[in-house]
Amino acid sequence: MRASLVNQLRVLVPVKRTIDYAVKIRVASDGKGVDQNVKFSMNPFDEIAVEEAVRLREKYKDAITKITVVSVGPPKTADVLRTALAMGADDAIHVEVPDKAAANPLEPLGVSKILNEIVKKAGEEEEVGLIIMGKQAIDDDASQTGQMLAGLLNWPQATYASKLEFPSGKPEKGAEAQVTREIDGGLGIVKTKLPFVMTTDLRLNEPRYASLPNIMKAKKKPFKKFTLKDLGLEDQIKPRQEILKVAEPPKRQGGAKVENVDELISKLKEAGRI
Amino acid sequence: MIATTMLPRVALRSACTACTARTALPLRRGFTTSRVDLANTLIFLEHKKGNFAAATLSALTAAQKLGGDIDALVVADEASASQVAEKAAKLPGLKKVLVAKHADFANNLSEPLAPLIKQIVESNSYTHVCTGHTAVGRDIFPRAAALLDSSQISDIIGLEGEDTFVRPIYAGNAIATLKSSDKVKVFTVRGTAFDAAAQEGGSATTEEVKPDSVESLTQFVEEKVSESSRPDLATAPRVVSGGRALKSADNFVKYIEPLADSLNAAVGASRAAVDAGYADNALQVGQTGKIIAPELYVAIGISGAIQHLAGMKDSKTIVAINKDADAPIFQVADLGLVADLYEAVPELLEKIK
Repeated sequence: MRASLVNQLRVLVPVKRTIDYAVKIRVASDGKGVDQNVKFSMNPFDEIAVEEAVRLREKYKDAITKITVVSVGPPKTADVLRTALAMGADDAIHVEVPDKAAANPLEPLGVSKILNEIVKKAGEEEEVGLIIMGKQAIDDDASQTGQMLAGLLNWPQATYASKLEFPSGKPEKGAEAQVTREIDGGLGIVKTKLPFVMTTDLRLNEPRYASLPNIMKAKKKPFKKFTLKDLGLEDQIKPRQEILKVAEPPKRQGGAKVENVDELISKLKEAGRI
Repeated sequence: MIATTMLPRVALRSACTACTARTALPLRRGFTTSRVDLANTLIFLEHKKGNFAAATLSALTAAQKLGGDIDALVVADEASASQVAEKAAKLPGLKKVLVAKHADFANNLSEPLAPLIKQIVESNSYTHVCTGHTAVGRDIFPRAAALLDSSQISDIIGLEGEDTFVRPIYAGNAIATLKSSDKVKVFTVRGTAFDAAAQEGGSATTEEVKPDSVESLTQFVEEKVSESSRPDLATAPRVVSGGRALKSADNFVKYIEPLADSLNAAVGASRAAVDAGYADNALQVGQTGKIIAPELYVAIGISGAIQHLAGMKDSKTIVAINKDADAPIFQVADLGLVADLYEAVPELLEKIK
């Protein structure tokens, strides 16, 4: 019986498989989505979340018992979870949904309800004490899931975090955390107590690359799969929004070049901009 | 319990219909297809020390397009609440200003405010709830939406009906039009997509709302807001932005700032410049920074990555100064100058003066 386990922390990191940030997306021919035959990878903000969890353990060693990554998505989402395991997470949970995500993507509300169930499910073996997730996914740009999950759990939230500290010592149940947040015009500092939901901003850290040996090791790490039926959510996660149309943004008439500064100034004056 | 003085919405509705009929005023409705009195909107008015956020005023314009009644919610600490409420009552098109005061409301923390919004929406049967898509709105609204079991629509740039919204996805590289089937439509509004409402001309009544419990799970410590005498980046009509090619914070001060000052412009920066420490985080323009649409945007030493373009490509006129003639920024720039910024910027500054 390890008595110290009571105060130790399990960290949950939800991640999302999105179209790679460098891909120039194209609107699909049916006008209801975007072309999905492109490179996918882990949402960049979620990489930052995984990195932060791994750094917490490196910094506080035995304070963190387990880093669990979770993702909701079609079968290929497993790749993204493997990447997170290779970065240093311990186990993965894949909530698998049928492969028609492009036609009918899950909305943040649905995902937060699923994550809410996963927090309960994971708690059956070991309670989750901290959730770290990206501030937004670069596909739907919604920036909602972390806040929604915190609301459903009735946990505190610290969004757009660029720094996480534990002034009283180490991260353990009930410990105070200080989070620096990126707000309009500068930074805001808040204090809260574990457990809470934190969403990551770009400035939080620089995610590591997974090394080849770690990629190999990741293949052996525990990997659980659930369906919505397993979670008892089959009938509850219904889309609330119907996508009527997805269109290209209006094209800019760009590309005109000027020869020199004088021409630039005269054109700007002509346009009434200076 | 919310204030007992609040009338059930049904009573308000019938009173309103009666007065409209009596005075035979034309109903101000955004959409001909909508049913009369369907929209019943609550707008959360974000303010800082009594000054309304620019995006909040744009959200009010969006709310006005919905037609129907609009009430506003303002929150503040005890000391300043009545003053802010008075200011809010002058905003055009508001029927009623609901004021909630509590020491914990002063810093816009989501934990006490999301339940407050839920309570007010439910006890008044609002059909729409909106605010600006700012750091504050993005923090509070999804939490409130989850409590209301509503699938939020973030950062809208257009309205095509009471349930049909237009919003950018994939860093603005696609525009989605979607129809919400939620009972309560919770949405945030992109500030640059709607004109800011005037701050005069209205005469709303004010009414205090008393939340019976205030849950403060987080505690505000402090804010470090960058002090600047320049125009606010989010709303400035002109912006001069610098990128990686500036090479140092000193060069940023030496080349970008004087040009910005001579044009009476705000200063912006690319992520590369911010990451390298040349400029403050708060100046970042892009998908993950500020999204702006000034009259004039001058991009200096910025290559024009997708994520940067997401934050500025709705600017009226884009000027790019870059050494690399193949830089993607030239594909969106109205006026492009292929030149070394260290020569072109001083020359530009000299000749503008």
